[in-house]
Amino acid sequence: MSENPKPVKRGYIRPLDLKHGKVELSHGGGGRAMSQLIDELFQPAFDNPYLRQANDQALLTRPEGRIVMATDSHVVSPLFFPGGDIGSLAVHGTLNDVATSGARPLWLSAGFILEEGFPLADLKRIVDSMAAAARAAGVPVVTGDTKVVERGKGDGVFINTTGVGVVPEGIEISGDRARPGDRILVSGFLGDHGVAIMSLRENLSFSTTIESDSAALHELIAAMVEAAPAMHCLRDPTRGGLASTLNEIARQSGVGMIIREDDIPVREEVDAACELLGLDPLYVANEGKVVAICPPESADALLAAMLAHPLGRDAAIIGEVIADEHAFVQMETSFGGRRNVDWISGEQLPRIC
Amino acid sequence: MKYVDEFRDGKVARTLAKTIADEVRPDRRYHLMEFCGGHTHAISRYGLRDLLPSEIHFIHGPGCPVCVLPIGRIDSAIELARDHGVILCSYGDTMRVPASGRTSLLRAKAEGADIRMVYSSADALKIARENPDREVVFFAIGFETTTPPTAVALRQARTEGLKNFSVFANHVLTPSAIQNILESPEVRELGTIPLDGFIGPSHVSTIIGSQPYEFFAEEFQKPVVIAGFEPLDVLQSVLMLVRQLNEGRAEVENQFSRAVTREGNLKAQGLVAEVFELRERFEWRGLGEVPYSALRIREAYRDFDAEVRFDLPYRSVPDHKACDCGAILRGVKQPQDCKVFGTVCTPDNPLGSCMVSAEGACAAYYTYGQFTKDSAVAEAS
Repeated sequence: MSENPKPVKRGYIRPLDLKHGKVELSHGGGGRAMSQLIDELFQPAFDNPYLRQANDQALLTRPEGRIVMATDSHVVSPLFFPGGDIGSLAVHGTLNDVATSGARPLWLSAGFILEEGFPLADLKRIVDSMAAAARAAGVPVVTGDTKVVERGKGDGVFINTTGVGVVPEGIEISGDRARPGDRILVSGFLGDHGVAIMSLRENLSFSTTIESDSAALHELIAAMVEAAPAMHCLRDPTRGGLASTLNEIARQSGVGMIIREDDIPVREEVDAACELLGLDPLYVANEGKVVAICPPESADALLAAMLAHPLGRDAAIIGEVIADEHAFVQMETSFGGRRNVDWISGEQLPRIC
Repeated sequence: MKYVDEFRDGKVARTLAKTIADEVRPDRRYHLMEFCGGHTHAISRYGLRDLLPSEIHFIHGPGCPVCVLPIGRIDSAIELARDHGVILCSYGDTMRVPASGRTSLLRAKAEGADIRMVYSSADALKIARENPDREVVFFAIGFETTTPPTAVALRQARTEGLKNFSVFANHVLTPSAIQNILESPEVRELGTIPLDGFIGPSHVSTIIGSQPYEFFAEEFQKPVVIAGFEPLDVLQSVLMLVRQLNEGRAEVENQFSRAVTREGNLKAQGLVAEVFELRERFEWRGLGEVPYSALRIREAYRDFDAEVRFDLPYRSVPDHKACDCGAILRGVKQPQDCKVFGTVCTPDNPLGSCMVSAEGACAAYYTYGQFTKDSAVAEAS
C-alpha cells in the first residue's frame, strides 16, 4: 500500500471505475495506476496512522513481552460464501493463528495477488470486508503489497496476511504440552465452514442455511486464558478439522486421546450434508472454533468462561488425554463401540481457506 | 437426523448385541462375509466388533467398486486423458487408485492431463455440453447401483446427439463375483476360508432385488441376509444369520425390506438392459478374469463407447508383488496379514486399491482400527 512514497496529484485524474472497471497489469506495475488503486481503494478502507506514514514499511514500537508471529495465505474458492468472504477470512485466519498461542494480536500485514481482469467492484467488496473485520477485531493492517498476474495465472484474488501479537507473562500454551488426564474442549459446532463452502461448489450446489463460522477468536481466547491460565494447548481446527488437529497435538505431545462422539457438537444440518456427501464432520474445516486442552482441575472454569462468550456458547468438554506411546486418537462411538480417529488423508475439499 | 439416527441408536445396539451373544453357540464359529465395502466401512466406523461376541468373524468381501478395478483399466483411462487429449470425468475415489509405473489419475492430472472429478454421470454430460470442441469421456465404474445412471447418461447423449461424449464402461456384476468366491478352490475344496454365510448387498439389491441370491442359498447351502448399511442393519443381519446357521437353514432373508424387494427396480433393470450387454470376460483385481461378470455398451450405443471410439486395447497388468489386495478381496487374508499394510502402503500413499477407497478393507482397518491391530499384536506377543 506504500510502494510509491509520493502520491501523484497533478490536476484532474479520472477516478477508478469501481463499478465496471477491471484489474489491469498496470495496477501492479509500480506506476500511477498502482498508486491510484492504493489511494482510492486500499488506503481509505484500511486507513490508520501506520498506513498514513505512506512508507514501504510500518514503523512499530516494540511491545513488552514475548512476540508471536504467524502467516497464512488465503486461496478460497468461491471468494464469497455464506457467512463471509476471502477478505474477512484472511483477517480471521491469521488473527486466530496468533491468538491460539494465548497472544493478544497487535498488527496485521496484507499482500494481494490479483488476476488481470478481476472486477474492481469485487475487489472493493473484499477489501471493505477485510477492513471491517480488522476494525471489528481492533487490529490494524499496518503494511501491504499488491501484485497483478496475467489472466489465467491466478484465480481472481489470493491474499496473504501476517499477524504479530504479544503473549502475556506466565502463559505457556503449546501443542507439545498435553498431558495424560487433561481435558479436551471445543468452542462450538464443528464443520460449518467446510459445508458452507461446499454448498456453493458448481457441480455440487445444494441449498442450505448453514453459514461459515469465520470469526476472530482472540477475545474468546483472552477470556479463556484469564479463566484457566494453566491451559496447556490451544489450536483452531481449520483444514482437516477436529480429527487432524487432535492428531497433530497427540503426536507433538506424545500422548493418546479419547473423545466421545455423543459430546461433540455438530449441527444437524452439517451432519446431514456430510451424510449425503460421504464426509465425516470431524474432518471438515472450521474457521471460528478453537480446541483447548487443560488440566482436569481447571476444565470447569474454562468451560464456564467459554460458555459465557458469544463465540463459545456451544462449547463442550469432549474427551480426555491418555497415555499412549502410539499417539492414537480414539473415539467412543454413539453406537457403543470404539474406533480410531485418524489423520485426514488427501484433501476432503480443495481450496477451502 | 431423521431416518438415520433411528438406525444408529446405541441402546438398541446393545440389546441386539446381547441377544446375539445369548444365541451364539460357544462350540462353533460364525464366519460371515460382508460382500459390500459399505458394510466393511460401517463395521469399522461404528466399532461393531467391540459389541459382538468373539464367535462372530467377519470376512471382508470384494464389494468395493474401486478396489476391484484392475490396473489395466486405470492405465487405459490415463491413456485416454494423456494420449488422446480427452476431458476424462471420474468419480473421486478412482483418482488415487495406483496404476502402472507409480502413476494414478491424480498424478496424471498433476502432470497436465485434463481429468475432472464429478459426482454423477450428469456432471460429465454437462461438461460435454459446455466443451463442444473437446472429447469428453465418462470413466464409468461400479456395481449395479451406479450402472443405471450411466445408462441414463448414454440415452441422454444419444437423444441430444452429443457427438463429443462417450463412456468408458467398467460396470461389474455382484452375483458373478459371489459365485466366483463360492467356486474358488479356497472355499470349495481346500476349506482355507471358512465361509458360513453372507451379509448381502444393500444398495445393489435395491436395483437387482433379492432373487439373484436364491441360487447361492440353494446351490451352495449358504444363508444370505440382505442388509442395509447402517450399523443397526448390520447387527440385525448378524442375528438373522446366526439364527439361520443355528437352525441349519440356508435361505435368502431380507433385513433391508425398507428398500429392497424380491424383484428389485424393474425400470432401472430395463434401462440397463437397453444400453448394456454382458461381456464374455472381465478382469477383476483379486479375482482375475471372471466370465460374464461385467457389462459393455450395446451395438445400438456403439457411437458413445469410448473403447470403440478410441480403439482402446486392454492390457492386463499384474499387481505389485508385495501387495496382498488380491488375497484380501477373496477373503483369504486380512488386511494386517499384508507385509506392506500400514508401512509402505497407507491411505496417503496406497500401493494397492484396497487402501484407497473408504470402503476398502485396508483403508477401513487403517483409518478406524489401528489400536485394535496394535492391541492384537500386544496380546499375541
